[in-house]
Amino acid sequence: MGAAIGLLAKTKEVPRTRATTESWLVRLALIALALTFLFFFLLIPLVEVFQKAFEKGLGAYWQAIQDPETRSAIRLTLITAGIAVPLNLFFGLVSAWAIAKFEFRGKNLLITLIDLPFSVSPVISGMIYVLLFGTQGLLGPFLVEHDIKIIFTPVAIVLATIFVTFPFVSRELIPLMQAQGREEEEAAMTMGAGGLRTFFKITLPNIKWGLLYGVILCNARAMGEFGAVSVVSGHIRGLTNTMPLQIEILYNEYQFVPAFAVASLLALLALFTLAAKGIVEWRSNKS
Amino acid sequence: MKSLKRILLILIYLLPSAFGIAGGAHAGVTLLNVSYDPTRELYQDFNAAFAKDWQAKKGEAVDVKQSHGGSGKQARGVIDGLEADVVTLALAYDIDAIAEKARLLPPDWQKRLPSNSSPYTSTIVFLVRKGNPKGIKDWSDLAKPGISVITPNPKTSGGARWNYLAAWAYALKQPGGDEAKAKEFVARLFKNVPVLDSGARGSTTTFVERGIGDVFISWENEALLAVRELGKDKFDIVYPSLSILAEPPVAVVDKVVDKRGTRPVAQAYLEYLYTPEGQDIVAKHYYRPRNAAAAAKYAAQFPKLNLITIDEVFGGWQKAQKAHFADGGTFDQIYQPGK
Repeated sequence: MGAAIGLLAKTKEVPRTRATTESWLVRLALIALALTFLFFFLLIPLVEVFQKAFEKGLGAYWQAIQDPETRSAIRLTLITAGIAVPLNLFFGLVSAWAIAKFEFRGKNLLITLIDLPFSVSPVISGMIYVLLFGTQGLLGPFLVEHDIKIIFTPVAIVLATIFVTFPFVSRELIPLMQAQGREEEEAAMTMGAGGLRTFFKITLPNIKWGLLYGVILCNARAMGEFGAVSVVSGHIRGLTNTMPLQIEILYNEYQFVPAFAVASLLALLALFTLAAKGIVEWRSNKS
Repeated sequence: MKSLKRILLILIYLLPSAFGIAGGAHAGVTLLNVSYDPTRELYQDFNAAFAKDWQAKKGEAVDVKQSHGGSGKQARGVIDGLEADVVTLALAYDIDAIAEKARLLPPDWQKRLPSNSSPYTSTIVFLVRKGNPKGIKDWSDLAKPGISVITPNPKTSGGARWNYLAAWAYALKQPGGDEAKAKEFVARLFKNVPVLDSGARGSTTTFVERGIGDVFISWENEALLAVRELGKDKFDIVYPSLSILAEPPVAVVDKVVDKRGTRPVAQAYLEYLYTPEGQDIVAKHYYRPRNAAAAAKYAAQFPKLNLITIDEVFGGWQKAQKAHFADGGTFDQIYQPGK
């Protein structure tokens, strides 16, 4: 996507004439409409989150974040993203490379499979793991016999997160790699470079910004996922709650300041993601 | 390229350190108490008191972890492998289900602790907006047109099943009441329900914070807590002419404690609920205590009510569950979402 925007920016600008634009009244109305929408649906809720979080001052905010259960939720969220994102970076890179640069049978099936986590509801994604690893599930008896615990442990949370965030990197890379074609790689090969060398010297540098963009989105989802994680978590306090789950618990316990304090951390992450995305887009336009 | 490498390096360094922090395990023994929705505050207090007591008596640190949700949903979790040392759920059937479907404890579990294994009781009351603007006094008012009623989903919530049965019993006990009339009454009542949350706390939030509904059929303890947390000037509690004696039971999950070697501490944990200290904490959190001294001390907050029991009206939880809440039961027959 970043590259697509880059392409657009490079096309020569068409001078505005009466024929290609609307009257100023229409333009003003449309802009006002869009801004009002942004204001009420994005800006106000965001400000509200921070306002509620700091309602009782900085001390209360700090105390809320110091709570052991909250800190454990933050830690689990970071660990989960720390595992899921690098794995999906690897899977995404490999699958996008295979799909974009090679022809093989069952390619369409593979693309459909990669998209699967986008097309099913996160709740279903969670249920899959309960049905698979739950004691009443498919692998349940085997797991019980060998005393392996997966469901309702952080392991299940990591698995569900990997599943839900699987498509982000490859979906970002496939169109980009397809648009770039195979010519450069073929040229490298004819000059005698091996497969790995071609990949690291040609393919990777070409896609680095798209890749980074995918990783940023993947990370945001990994930290923010609620549905799938909620199903497999078991909601054990201080053990299997991630930040989004902890926010729900705090809110339901009438602890509004702590709830919004944790929410503000996630909101900060979103803002940080947006900023990072902006920088990546800007850099990829330049390169 | 350089920045990409740097990011990868940072990630590689970050991973083990993250695990290192997570590995910092607690010394002593841990228990997992899988409970239903409104007991969060109760067990937070109780766990601290028990940990202190256990430390004093046995010199061992105990860390009790909590998990809360709709009672039926929590039972489902334990059946699917949530390793609960003890379960403290909203009604006996949910523990029966664990005994039946996963065989984690014997079918006669309810006989193992005093008072039907229920160290505290509660009942079902109405929470209304301050001044009771819709004039709600009894169950019959909830089925009137134009009244919006909040209750959780009986399929997943224990409290909601008590609500449902209390309404049913009320209709049965009216002059000329029979099963057909009771069903018709409950059907009319559920036509007035705009949202079904999955657990009691979700419904409380719907009624109290989102401001939806005229009346919330609620656990007595949940209603008292909402009034305390969010202000006496916003809500009133209405006690109906008849309600149900709710006995939320507790049990040690045998297979789990034997595997983990936590039976003594799990057993002691539940028994501590019956001690004077435990009963005082229970009453403080608006559950009706079994202990006479605690009951006398907190008498003012628990008005005397005409209470029926599930055994005398419905023949026990097994029967009630089958007739009303199983697939195709009366609840499925009367409740059509969005109608």
